[in-house]
Amino acid sequence: MSSASPTRRAPFLALYSVLVFAFIYLPIVVLVVYSFNREGVGGFPPRHFTLNWYAQLLADGSIWDSVLNSLFVAAASVVLSLTLGLLAALALDRATFPGKALFRRFVLLPLILPGLITGLSLLMFAVFAGVQLSLITVFFGHGTALISVATTELFAGLQKMDCAQEEASLDLGATPWQTFWRVTLPNLKLSLIAAGLLIFTLSMDEIAVTFFLIGRDNTLPLEIWGRLRRGITPEINAVSTLIFAVSVALIVIWYHVRTRSLGTQAQELIERP
Amino acid sequence: MSASAANSPEQASNSTGALLEVHGVAKRFGSSDVLKNISLDIASGEFLTLLGESGSGKTTLLRLIAGFEQPTSGEIWMSGERLDTLPPYKRRVNTVFQQYALFPHLSVRDNVAYGLRVKNTPAVEISGRVEEALRMVKMQDFAGARPSKLSGGQQQRVALARALVNRPQLLLLDEPLSALDANLRMQMRSELKSLQREIGITFLFVTHDQEEAMALSDRVALLRNGALEQVASPREIYARPATAYTAQFIGQTNLLRGEILRGIATCGVLRWPLEEADGPAIFSLRPEAIRLCADGKRQTTEVKFNGAVRQQLYGGATELLEVECGPGQFLRVRLPASGPITGENEFVFSIADAIRVQE
Amino acid sequence: MYSRAYKSLVSVPPLLWVALFLLLPYVLMFAHSFWAVQQGVIVHHWNLNNYKTLFAKPLYVEVLFRTMRIAASVTCCSILLGYPLAYFLSFHARARKELLYQLVIVPLWVSYLVRGYAWKTILGSDGVLNGFLQYLHITHEPVAFLLYSPFAVVLMLTHIYTPFVFLPIYAALEHIPRPLVEASHDLGANSFQTFFRVILPLSMPGLLAGATFAFLLTLGDFLAPLLVGGPSGTMIANVVQSLFGAAFDWPLGAAISVFILMLTISLLFLSEILEKRWAYK
Repeated sequence: MSSASPTRRAPFLALYSVLVFAFIYLPIVVLVVYSFNREGVGGFPPRHFTLNWYAQLLADGSIWDSVLNSLFVAAASVVLSLTLGLLAALALDRATFPGKALFRRFVLLPLILPGLITGLSLLMFAVFAGVQLSLITVFFGHGTALISVATTELFAGLQKMDCAQEEASLDLGATPWQTFWRVTLPNLKLSLIAAGLLIFTLSMDEIAVTFFLIGRDNTLPLEIWGRLRRGITPEINAVSTLIFAVSVALIVIWYHVRTRSLGTQAQELIERP
Repeated sequence: MSASAANSPEQASNSTGALLEVHGVAKRFGSSDVLKNISLDIASGEFLTLLGESGSGKTTLLRLIAGFEQPTSGEIWMSGERLDTLPPYKRRVNTVFQQYALFPHLSVRDNVAYGLRVKNTPAVEISGRVEEALRMVKMQDFAGARPSKLSGGQQQRVALARALVNRPQLLLLDEPLSALDANLRMQMRSELKSLQREIGITFLFVTHDQEEAMALSDRVALLRNGALEQVASPREIYARPATAYTAQFIGQTNLLRGEILRGIATCGVLRWPLEEADGPAIFSLRPEAIRLCADGKRQTTEVKFNGAVRQQLYGGATELLEVECGPGQFLRVRLPASGPITGENEFVFSIADAIRVQE
Repeated sequence: MYSRAYKSLVSVPPLLWVALFLLLPYVLMFAHSFWAVQQGVIVHHWNLNNYKTLFAKPLYVEVLFRTMRIAASVTCCSILLGYPLAYFLSFHARARKELLYQLVIVPLWVSYLVRGYAWKTILGSDGVLNGFLQYLHITHEPVAFLLYSPFAVVLMLTHIYTPFVFLPIYAALEHIPRPLVEASHDLGANSFQTFFRVILPLSMPGLLAGATFAFLLTLGDFLAPLLVGGPSGTMIANVVQSLFGAAFDWPLGAAISVFILMLTISLLFLSEILEKRWAYK
């Protein structure tokens, strides 16, 4: 029996919400539509459908090189951030040490700090250490900045975990090392996947930090950025549309992973934000 | 609790006393009929309890009167005016919620003053009435506290004050005592009863606890699967249950199933004369209506039977016996505690105490 | 339950890494802010000139204030768009609530660059919006201020940050127990009064979190101005960026960065205090 009040009609609010949705989605829709427009990016209405821009995109070597670079950096960042983030989350959950509160805030700082600051400070560090700028420095930048994402997500996952399970494991004779691999990590599976997906996406899209740490080889966002400085072409619409499609695909995959591994009952628990 | 004369509510000057009239109200959620054709009148100044199991529809009916749901069909009238078409904030009805629903960001005083403030009552009047309401529930010392600092019982009093300060014509209480522990429940029950008597506001109380309903109410409305099973005073509903369900839900009883044939009622080994039409019949016989037949004598208005005591549960003032009076036929008998009873004994009860009930 | 070895093993690596790659770089930046540039080379002459320049030079002060105004505008607009949407989803959406929620989240996963670029193509003189307006004969010439102006920066960043602001507000609204809303109606308050007396106060922590996020991220954004801001839409972060680029003056750039960093930390601190005060259980 439902005990919630029935939702009342609120026509103006509904209309307003529709308009806000439109505001959020229209630019992307326009972008996608014009990637198929023969006349290019501006003007209205789009008249001639073409796939030329996509063809041009496919033939564009430097874009695909930059995609590979981005993938390399993103993958490496995921590994680094998850590892250190997991350790940091465990430390915050289980250990006490002087300056712990400070450490927690510090780790979370790159999340809220403009990428400019993180990027510049790491640039100065690179110069100081005499390191040449390259994809490696970009990797260090992403990996470091995104530890905060991993820590937040994994810490939440640890809090939700029933620590009695670890106690049970130790009670049954497993060593802490075994317990970690057999009990802790599987329990964190969902958080690890969530964090991993998020870090991957953020790294693929990262510009601000990358801007200052990039060497000769471009990542995808910076390659696009460079072209923008030279002028707008619908090829950029095409690559943007592809990026959008991949992002949506990732969300859908994430959603399926989440609902499948938790089942419908527990799903109601996570539906609560 | 004390209440000043200034607290007397503005009741309808309706001399027949019907404050609230529920006409043929039904409520459907999706494909289930939670309430089916309920018609009920509540008199001004009475303490009426909606009693039933979970799923019986009692809370739904309460929410319909409060205004949080709309009836699928039927009407609700209060003091001669249509109620169900009004939104909750226009009804002269206030609710005490099951989980109290106190505003966590307001102090006790501001919680109680809320209903007065939203109607732009002058500030001077507000502080007087709030003070009075808090004194009525003995929470005047907690006026500045936040709800999170109060115990369950204290929060409940504040919720009560918050509702009463608005002088509603009808107060709805949604299982207000169910979250309290046993001792506190007893205490609050008694306080609620005397409070209602003193201020005279009509109370509509919802509970699943039949003992609570019997103790507090002027009348009890028993709901079952969305329909009214019986509406009567506690004594009436106990002594003359209309159906087998009522007889079993309220207090304890023995349900005797049998038939009437040519003026004789037969239920297992029990037989007695009954001038009623032939056919199947069910009788409710309260355990306390059966007594030991010490002298072996039986009046013509009584039924005597032999029974072997199979179990005896001591209860301080009384004992509850399980007596086998026939092959596979058991009766529960409640006797004043007098020591262990064993073996075969003779028992007797009045024919008048075997109340005929519907299925 | 956890041995000292375990605790050391989990604490030391992240602590070391953070010290080396976060703390040390910030310290370096801090140090740079006190140095100077002579003849194209950075020299370690400790001085406060950079900070003086930041607050004295009119150009920098003007850009700073413009940045604050833009950040405030973005924050306000994002709230004006995000709050009603969150309210609608939380209190008025029924069966499709979960789906609608996901739909609001989706843009967060879509590249910042992609969305910024979209606005660039829409707002330009030859862009989609101008084309649309001319097609409908509402205007006969391209409207100039749409692109390469502070207006464009605010528009683009509002677009980016509305979902960011939506999230914590929605979470806070969902946490409000519905019986409180019913109790408010029961006591005689209509929807309007209930919103201002009950719902809004209880949603303040979420609102504050979202506002802080939008404000601080806008403050340090240099990409939006480069995409759609034009000369009149430059923000303080662009100044920094150019000082590390063509206008080679790392110490000055570092000083401004330190200033932004201090501003961010102070605002975070303030926000946290306010959140604690307004969090009710």
